[in-house]
Amino acid sequence: MSGILRVANVSKEYPRSGMALRDVSFEMQKGEFVFLVGHSGAGKSTLLKMLTMAERPTAGEVRVSGYSSFSIKPREIPKLRRRLGVVFQDFRLLPDRTAEQNVAFALEVTGSPQAQIAPKVARLLTQVGLASRATAYPHELSGGEQQRVAIARALANDPFLLLADEPTGNLDDRATHAIYLLLREINARGTSVLMATHDVGMIQRAGLRCLELERGKLVFDGTDVATLVANMRGRRG
Amino acid sequence: MRLAFREVGLAFRRAPLLAMLGVVTIGFSLFAFGLFGLVAINIRTALREVEDRVEIRAFLVEGAKDVQIEELIQRMQKNPAVAEVGYVTPDSALARARAELEEFRDVMTGAFLPGSVELRLREGQRDPQTVAELSRRLQTYPVVEEVRYGREWVEKLYRIRNIAALVGTVLGGVFALVAVIIIGSTIRMAILARTREIEIMRLVGATNMFVRLPYLIDGALKGVLGGGLAVAMSWGTTVILGQSLIQTQFFDGRQIALGIVAGGLLGLLGSWVSVGRHLRQVWRD
Repeated sequence: MSGILRVANVSKEYPRSGMALRDVSFEMQKGEFVFLVGHSGAGKSTLLKMLTMAERPTAGEVRVSGYSSFSIKPREIPKLRRRLGVVFQDFRLLPDRTAEQNVAFALEVTGSPQAQIAPKVARLLTQVGLASRATAYPHELSGGEQQRVAIARALANDPFLLLADEPTGNLDDRATHAIYLLLREINARGTSVLMATHDVGMIQRAGLRCLELERGKLVFDGTDVATLVANMRGRRG
Repeated sequence: MRLAFREVGLAFRRAPLLAMLGVVTIGFSLFAFGLFGLVAINIRTALREVEDRVEIRAFLVEGAKDVQIEELIQRMQKNPAVAEVGYVTPDSALARARAELEEFRDVMTGAFLPGSVELRLREGQRDPQTVAELSRRLQTYPVVEEVRYGREWVEKLYRIRNIAALVGTVLGGVFALVAVIIIGSTIRMAILARTREIEIMRLVGATNMFVRLPYLIDGALKGVLGGGLAVAMSWGTTVILGQSLIQTQFFDGRQIALGIVAGGLLGLLGSWVSVGRHLRQVWRD
């Protein structure tokens, strides 16, 4: 077994808002594509933050790429983050930089050799299908295109795991599907993907492993999507 | 590193006025230091010249016996603060007076001037306390009638020097604090304006030092420029004083370098404190 990610009995309690995660445990294998589902406030974002070590568990342990939330030192966190790619619902591009500058930024600030940056940026933008819009600013791009730039940036440091926090939350159906296909393609090239979403249609079509969080508890972990969807509808109703 | 300098250049271009303000404040704070520093070094030079001339003169009673005088001289020679003891006989005192005050040569006849013993002090033993102490001791000899030295002068100079040093330290300190605060707030504004960039830098795995470096360079650079400005202003003041009032001594190379380095350190301190505080607001690990 080549586990790249292990979450063991993790709980997270915030002083004001209370328990965000309760005793969550799961593992991810190399090359897996996993959906993380749940309502808003179910703890999806908290869990993703914990995987980047932006937050530490109140109890339990998170292990990513050999780093443990128990023992990781502050100066090791940047090293871990270079091995992770993160994509958000709101893209988080720098508005005063072009698409290629946004992607290059991730390489520049992590100390990539100057000569390697331009060819790599071109390759990444081609991979996400945006080679022709390299010099466009974010406000000149559609939502789907902006998310592609963000994905290219997330891939800049060749991550082994891509964390996507509702990457299609702001997109229409066509763009959503295109982004999903892009993430599947990235996954096919060997990068593991953990994607938070509440797009039931997407997970039904995909038929992949799903984790469901409900009020901070992991209530479902499996590939039986029909049962999952029935459960979700039942709870909602 | 190259990127960090590029960011600093960008910051200066984005808010030139703010950058100038930081530079000028550091400049003024060090200028205040510098002015009082100049006063202090000039007084010190003057003191040294005066000190070289500090001399204690003990006038002897009329009819002092040679044995007594000899004893006094020998005792004084043994004193560690004393460099040299000289004896001026009444005759030679008269001769000296005649030489120095030619127009009164005719009235000065006969032995009406007292003999005296003159003490020259060793370097480092010319402060008011030592001088006063020695004078007091001299006064205890029955053969001594009166002791004189440039007491008021010595004490006044020392007092002025101490006041200049104190005022300079206090004023300079206040200005330095203001400079640190101003540099700190310009850095704070720069950080808050770049919250998104910093978030993304952290997200993609830029090291803390990498995030900090541009701001630290920014602060240190402003400080060094401020230090240079202070040196220039002090130099201008010296030149103007030299033309209109008195020729004064300027800092030597080492002191100038010290001023510029101090500016750099002030800037660095301001930005360090600010970066530490405000980066935590933007992103916690």
